[in-house]
Amino acid sequence: MWRVISERFQQGFRTGKFPLEEPKLPPRFRGLPRFDGECPSGCRACEQLCPFGACAVREGKMVIDLGRCLFCADCPACPQGRITFGNDYRLAVRRRQDLLYSGAAYPLAEPLEPARLKLFGRSLKLRQVSAGGCNACEADCNVLGTLVFDLGRFGIQFVASPRHADGILLTGPVTENMRSAVLDTYEAVPGPKVVIAVGACGVNGGPFIHSSETNQGLDTLLPVDLYIPGCPPQPYTILDGLLRLLGRR
Amino acid sequence: MMKNDLEAQLLKNGGTVDLTLVESLGYDEFSRCLLAEVKAGGRVAALFGVPGEGKNESLELFALIARDRSAQIAVYRTEVGASFPSLALSCPQVHLFEREIAEQYGVTPTDHPWLKPVRFHRVWQGETDVWGRPLDTHPRPGDMEFYRVEGEGVHEVAVGPVHAGIIEPGHFRFQCYGEKVMHLEISLGYQHRGIEPMLLAGPHPFTMAQMETTAGDTTIGHGLAYCQVIEALSGCVVPERAQSIRAMALELERLANHVGDIGALAGDIGFLPTASFCGRLRGDYLNLSAALCGSRFGRGLVRPGGVLFDLDVTLTNTVLTRIDEIEGNTLGALNLFFDEPSVLGRLEGAGRVSRSVAEDLGLVGVAAKACGVPRDSRFFHPTGVYRQLFDEMITEETGDAMARAHLRLREIVVSIDLLRRIGTSLPAGPVKVPVGPLKANTLAVSLVEGWRGEVVHVGITDAGGRLRRYKIVDPSFHNWSGLAMALRDEQISDFPLCNKSFGLSYCGFDL
Ligand code: SF4
Ligand code: SF4
Repeated sequence: MWRVISERFQQGFRTGKFPLEEPKLPPRFRGLPRFDGECPSGCRACEQLCPFGACAVREGKMVIDLGRCLFCADCPACPQGRITFGNDYRLAVRRRQDLLYSGAAYPLAEPLEPARLKLFGRSLKLRQVSAGGCNACEADCNVLGTLVFDLGRFGIQFVASPRHADGILLTGPVTENMRSAVLDTYEAVPGPKVVIAVGACGVNGGPFIHSSETNQGLDTLLPVDLYIPGCPPQPYTILDGLLRLLGRR
Repeated sequence: MMKNDLEAQLLKNGGTVDLTLVESLGYDEFSRCLLAEVKAGGRVAALFGVPGEGKNESLELFALIARDRSAQIAVYRTEVGASFPSLALSCPQVHLFEREIAEQYGVTPTDHPWLKPVRFHRVWQGETDVWGRPLDTHPRPGDMEFYRVEGEGVHEVAVGPVHAGIIEPGHFRFQCYGEKVMHLEISLGYQHRGIEPMLLAGPHPFTMAQMETTAGDTTIGHGLAYCQVIEALSGCVVPERAQSIRAMALELERLANHVGDIGALAGDIGFLPTASFCGRLRGDYLNLSAALCGSRFGRGLVRPGGVLFDLDVTLTNTVLTRIDEIEGNTLGALNLFFDEPSVLGRLEGAGRVSRSVAEDLGLVGVAAKACGVPRDSRFFHPTGVYRQLFDEMITEETGDAMARAHLRLREIVVSIDLLRRIGTSLPAGPVKVPVGPLKANTLAVSLVEGWRGEVVHVGITDAGGRLRRYKIVDPSFHNWSGLAMALRDEQISDFPLCNKSFGLSYCGFDL
């Protein structure tokens, strides 16, 4: 017992100060993209060059669909080198179209509407469902339970049964082999409920967008309340999104 | 007369062979060679179907046998028709490979003792489903005959695919007598994304991202295995500095996962101090990967030809200092765990796998080494810096959850030491070179010791230098069978503990 206590002191106090203090992310972290300069007129190269169909040119402006984007370190999309990734980790939004980003102010997630906010604002129990993907998004959800993030202090908790849950948090593109399990789990959650898609896979199929064995994300199947992009999203991106949904940021 | 060893085409890890030099054997000859290789200590690193080129739906089988002692991989090849005699009874380690071939290409390994679907997808070519499932709809996962024990007092427990907790889906069927598990059958495939078929005619622009997410916790392991295949096929020589940075990333991945796994075991046992320390320490190692390349999982670091990110002196020093800082906390948290009698009481003897079962099933990595079976491609088939730096392969003897946990502890110590040695002797020079076109009609193989065990990638090109077949074997492919065996005669309540002690991947298995 004494050893446990002394080791406890050795290990120190580690819970982060988030959200009072912003997290320190490594300089090479790739967050919200930035666009340098202008697109040459008529150029649509990025539409062909992004392997995941994340880029489009609309009215002469480049638009990146952050729901499809994997924040690749060697993003080949723009031959002019206009795309760089900045350090802003806050990426969660409420509507799918809000992920179409062209450099203007980013529409960060608004809180739930008053009826659900009243129910879940101080206590949100989520059933996590993993449906394809690579298990890194799951790992970054799991990590929120560790004492650095300490999700529980915000009243958010992952629970074992959909019957005990207020909503589902889904990762993965929804493989054909998981489709009915996802729908069953959703059905088993008593309403009113929330649905959260975490990671490029859950939002739009991620790296597996071209697969015939997967669906292209959750909103092909269910109404989604919160989209958290990234491959995988930084844990703080997820936490920030959850807190915004509950009107806590 | 039997072919002797000399007639097989032999490769090194990261090597290639011209397909025209690999003689196609008659099936009898092929099976004799395969069995003789295994008898002589070889392992079936991969066994897979390759459809013939052109319209006729012929199928070839390729077997890659790892000869650990001579650091070679022997390649055999044969052609099969609608069926071929199964070798699983005389060589159990091929059992799952044969099931996989049956599911992918609709050919039947006759007299297979356990012929069931593996991943529940439609057949990749032809009009035959070995199980007679309709071809016009997607198979239903878990739709198969489960092994059943009948009798008074015998009951069945079915768990999953959706489990309590944040983990991947899989289905487990236990045949129990009271609390005692007589048999566990594991049915997976829920995470199947069809990665191998998407590689056909590749590499494609999206391929690298799929390799990094084949199993997200093994981003470096799978990413590196893929890059080595492409580098072998294109004859590209990776700069030494890049090799060193790759090895650092691979060891960081091992550290994060080993530390995390011991933490998870501690959580299951209810020894919360280590559970919570390790949860955080795992993050510290992941954050070091993020310092290297911006991603905690190492996304974007490894690319064909080298690495995308270099370490300057400051970053190298930051990483090394940080390692010094967290080493003490890591060992403190782990020793606390391994010195606790109640912890040892839970781990010792739980989920034991014998050495002979481990060898028969072809277990790899942590699961094999814990049974005293030496399996580590860093040691037997080293590439890059491992050639000079790795000489401490660790094994344990008891084959139980304790051995699997303790092996991780000892590997953590070795990996920290390796990181330091690599980090303090980084060779100068570039970190990436251009990669040319791939050689035509060539087979390349790459083995990487990921944190769970050996990751095998095999690429075969067509006449135009495009990938005609790409085979991936995640260590979990072999090791799930080990978990099933470990549960025999255990208490069903020990399943979570045994499961965590193996720490296997679902998506890596399901691909
Ligand atoms: S980072 Fe990757 S996914 Fe995003 S736009 Fe660039 S290439 Fe496409
Ligand atoms: S979004 Fe990326 S990290 Fe998340 S599950 Fe999909 S592939 Fe993995």
